[in-house]
Amino acid sequence: MERAEIEAKFTQLLVSELGLDEAKINPEARFEEDLEVDSLGVVELLMALEDEFDVTIPDEEAENLATVRQAVELVVAKLAG
Amino acid sequence: MNRIALVTGGSRGIGRAIALGLAADGCRVVVNYATSEDAAAAVAEEIRSGGGDAIAIQADVSNEGAVSDLIGKIDAAMGPVEVLVNNAGVTRDGLLARMRSDDWDRVMEVNLRSVFLCTKAVMRGMLKNRWGRIISIGSVSGLAGNPGQANYAASKAAIIGFTKSVAKEVGGRGITANVVAPGFIESDMTASLGEAALEAAASAASVGRLGRPEDVAAAVGYLAGEQAGFITGQVIVVDGGLTI
Repeated sequence: MERAEIEAKFTQLLVSELGLDEAKINPEARFEEDLEVDSLGVVELLMALEDEFDVTIPDEEAENLATVRQAVELVVAKLAG
Repeated sequence: MNRIALVTGGSRGIGRAIALGLAADGCRVVVNYATSEDAAAAVAEEIRSGGGDAIAIQADVSNEGAVSDLIGKIDAAMGPVEVLVNNAGVTRDGLLARMRSDDWDRVMEVNLRSVFLCTKAVMRGMLKNRWGRIISIGSVSGLAGNPGQANYAASKAAIIGFTKSVAKEVGGRGITANVVAPGFIESDMTASLGEAALEAAASAASVGRLGRPEDVAAAVGYLAGEQAGFITGQVIVVDGGLTI
């Protein structure tokens, strides 16, 4: 899957799963501070990512996930195997 | 109500009554059991013969792998669990001064660890659905203490703290978590207490009798329904007035 495709799907998930405003989503946006996603929301996002991209994200890798870019990088790395 | 309900330890006693009660309310019921295969199959059959939908699935709910397998089987057979009733429990009674650590550990595993494992395992589906009911069976022993039950009482008290925390975590997602705390209920578990103790328990209750499994099931059924969506983090005591 191309990176641009991953980013597009990721943005869709943020809108559909967490009800975020698409206009606010950019790579540097921070989940908690900029997008107002609470800690459980980040957990829900991870679960949605696992389902959407068919990857497993262990808790220790998810711990320091703060921005949209970091989350996309994580998925890219997972898909690269 | 047509929700998918999992009742751990659903083959006998209170669990059986809860399974039958939820089925009567329209739930599709998974009757989990550890060892009582025939009894669990009979509960599922009783539900099906009444026009309901039920299956019996074996799993030691104190074992993480077994819980994962259980949830996988339910997902495949019915779908995501929407109503979880953490009912599985054991007693290993004895005065603290003589209590073996094995008896402490086993009670904690079956009564408390199972609640953590099962609740965690169903959380993904409930979060996704923005709806869920977690109902854990506590005990008046966990509220008032009971000689000979330091382990059992500790496990049941711990369930209350667990439930209140979960209620706070996921309340915003349409998921409630509550405890139903029975007093002395006629069941295999209390039969071992002996007739004299049970007579004393009956007269100590304000309503003057022992509870029936159906008395507990009624409270669980209420909390499982749509109508109880504003009740969370609570302990509903079903003891005939024993502890008031």
